[in-house]
Amino acid sequence: MRVSCVLTEEGSLGRYIARRLLLTVPVLLGASFLIFAMVYALPGDPIRALAGDRPLSAAVMAQLREDFNLDDPLWLQYVKYVGDLFQGDFGTDFRGRPVLDTILLRLPVTAKLAAVAIAFEILIGVIAGVLAGIRRNGFFDNVVLVSTTVIVSIPILVLAFISQYVFGLQLGLFPIAGTTEGLYSYLLPGLVLASGSLAYVARLTRTSIAENMRADYVRTARAKGLPNKTVIVRHTLRNSLIPVVTFIGADIGTLMGGAIVTETIFNLPGIGRSVFDSVRAQEGAVVVGIVTLMVLFFIFFNLVVDVLYAVLDPRIRYD
Amino acid sequence: MKLSKRSSSLVATAVAAALLMTACGGSEDEGGEEGGTEAAGGTYSLYIGEPENPLVPGNTTESEGAQVLEALWTGLVQYAADGAVEYTGVAETIESEDNTTWTVTLKDGWTFHDGTPVTAQSFVDAWNYTALSTNAQGGSYFFSNIEGYDELQGETDDAGTLITPPAAEEMSGLEVVDDTEFTVTLATPFAQFPVTVGYSAFFPLPESFFEDPEAAGTTPVGNGPFQAEEEFVPGTGFTLTRFEEYAGEEPAQADSVEFRVYADQATAYTDVQGGNLDVLSDVPPDALTSVQDEFGDRFLEAPSSGFQYLGLPLYQARYADPRVRQGLSMAIDREEIAEAIFNGGRTPADSVVAPVVEGYREGACEYCTLDPERANELLDEAGFDRSQPIELWFNAGAGHDAYIQAVGNQLRENVGVEYVLRGELDFAEYLPLQDEKGMTGPFRLGWSMDYPSPQNYLEPLYSTSALAPVGSNTTFYSNPEFDSLITEGNSAGSNEEAIEFYNQAEDLLLEDMPVIPMFYELEQAAHGENVSNVVIDVFGHIRTAAVTVNS
Repeated sequence: MRVSCVLTEEGSLGRYIARRLLLTVPVLLGASFLIFAMVYALPGDPIRALAGDRPLSAAVMAQLREDFNLDDPLWLQYVKYVGDLFQGDFGTDFRGRPVLDTILLRLPVTAKLAAVAIAFEILIGVIAGVLAGIRRNGFFDNVVLVSTTVIVSIPILVLAFISQYVFGLQLGLFPIAGTTEGLYSYLLPGLVLASGSLAYVARLTRTSIAENMRADYVRTARAKGLPNKTVIVRHTLRNSLIPVVTFIGADIGTLMGGAIVTETIFNLPGIGRSVFDSVRAQEGAVVVGIVTLMVLFFIFFNLVVDVLYAVLDPRIRYD
Repeated sequence: MKLSKRSSSLVATAVAAALLMTACGGSEDEGGEEGGTEAAGGTYSLYIGEPENPLVPGNTTESEGAQVLEALWTGLVQYAADGAVEYTGVAETIESEDNTTWTVTLKDGWTFHDGTPVTAQSFVDAWNYTALSTNAQGGSYFFSNIEGYDELQGETDDAGTLITPPAAEEMSGLEVVDDTEFTVTLATPFAQFPVTVGYSAFFPLPESFFEDPEAAGTTPVGNGPFQAEEEFVPGTGFTLTRFEEYAGEEPAQADSVEFRVYADQATAYTDVQGGNLDVLSDVPPDALTSVQDEFGDRFLEAPSSGFQYLGLPLYQARYADPRVRQGLSMAIDREEIAEAIFNGGRTPADSVVAPVVEGYREGACEYCTLDPERANELLDEAGFDRSQPIELWFNAGAGHDAYIQAVGNQLRENVGVEYVLRGELDFAEYLPLQDEKGMTGPFRLGWSMDYPSPQNYLEPLYSTSALAPVGSNTTFYSNPEFDSLITEGNSAGSNEEAIEFYNQAEDLLLEDMPVIPMFYELEQAAHGENVSNVVIDVFGHIRTAAVTVNS
């Protein structure tokens, strides 16, 4: 679907990208309003919950409501929020911390985690997929088939706890939690986070490779007497990667937001955990700020994926 | 001092705690040499959960932030293990002739971490700042008994919208006499005023705070044994270093302490097992069965101020008769739930005041022990309708399900009435519904003290002036006799007399039973081999200054 849309696209690559970027404005506005409205619609009184068992005096509660525009109707709250946003003000959370600070602090952690996870997906997933695909029904193919089935069927929560216990506590190969050891701290959580997608990437690559191995152009390439390595790497793999790239592109967006479990168990102060806490505390400004940012990432990586198509498949052209 | 009245197991714990307190408080007894004692040095790490607020004393009303403040500040007074007031803080004396006008005299030589002196003004300014409603500080209500507090509160309409800003910025009841003396005039007499001022909301603030409160919230400047030289990083924590000019009697033993923020207790527990974390101040409940074996004497347990109870909707005809409330209370086997559900992490409550408070009496509650026969008699006398199920309320997602279900099962078994669990509401909906008299059966509540006084367990929860939504009296219990006993206690001539009146008020309350006392919470901690002298204080915090690092 996406490919056909690219094919019918008129104009140069630059104009195409500009058009896509312009489209992000309404998407962002729409998405942020929807999220804002959803947080607004959550039942209960966030200020009352903030106080917990303690009494907050009526005047203090009123002051907090006023500080966070909670007395205003939904549309006015949203307009005020967007107005501040255009002046570069992301607002503050209920604790008085600027939302931008939270994002800047936590985004790098999540980005590193996602990058490590994506690296594992590409490295292990694609290589395993290729090896399995070129020798279909061979020994390695079966190994990949069985192991990916096992990995996909184990919930990430269980995988995280077990790997933390075995590799962190028992064997002491990796830090148990935290980010104190730099990039090394991200290896184990990254692998855990990648596991499900990794298995999926391996299977996707395998199927795609196996299919393309029988394609006409591969047969032609072989007939021309090209060495096997060239046939696989330049012809088969390149064409087989299109569905894989699509998947990984979408997966980056998911990883940026969906790493709550991994971040919690390995105590990585990332953005997933932040969103979770903010939704529970009904902190509209934080949720909208972060989620809108994620939407932006999603759009960006989708664009990258679309551009990559042209690189991978010469038949796709933007002009 | 009330040790003899406690049950044997509690005595053991209390004695152990007391011994530890003496061990760590050694420097307190040998006060003379405290400046000269060479601190042992080293650095250790300490678990905390994410503090909910900036690290400002007046805005910190939850335990995680309070644990950090414990290291950064020392208040006017401190508390012994049994909740008694000790003048080891900034105050030399806190005295009053009439329990209304209190004169606070400060010790010389206390300084903030930035080198400025701690003066009477530091306290008065801090208290005014916290009380002023436009500053929206969570601890504002602590000052509500000081004269002139009302003028610092903006006015609101019935919908809770602000109409007029506060009329004044300083409470008329606070007056600085000189650098080391100020007076506090209360709106109503309160004999236990000195007991309250050790709480974090009463900590002093340096002048630099008022110039930039926001910065002070991330790099706090206090007067405690440790000082902050770096910003607090949300989700990560920070490292505090020993304050060399500390004027208190218990300076920090370690060179520095790293507060490490964990999103999940279970992760922290694994980390302390692996030796990467030195002190874990909260042991996850499911680890309680194995923690003793695993940590041995590096696991410690102390009674805390946490009190769990079930409120009863006195506004519902079904629960209006005290005999119904007494009967239901006697149908619950607290011991069994404490063991089976909480793995011994809680102890059965036998009063509405926690054991860490001076004025707690063991077995004060007549109706808090299991006696199905008597329970049925009481319910029959009151004509309790057993055909309708009892609705049991609790807030969702906080792990209360198993405990409340156990209560339901026991009611079914012991008094033959069915139950329905109503655990669908989040805190944000659960609390307002209580204020609106929306509870249709017993509802779960919890309380932990702000200061070790029985008054703190009585007046804010059951007095007529604390009726919801203004206060936390969500059972809507109102008894003039109870109110007047509290008032008499507040204006009693001495601490002992005050406690006498509070005890009478409690006796009255335990006859009326607007609530069913359930459990006292225990505070658990585990630590690695790297550190020793880990002590839990009455607030359930680790005493960060006492911890020594083994070389």
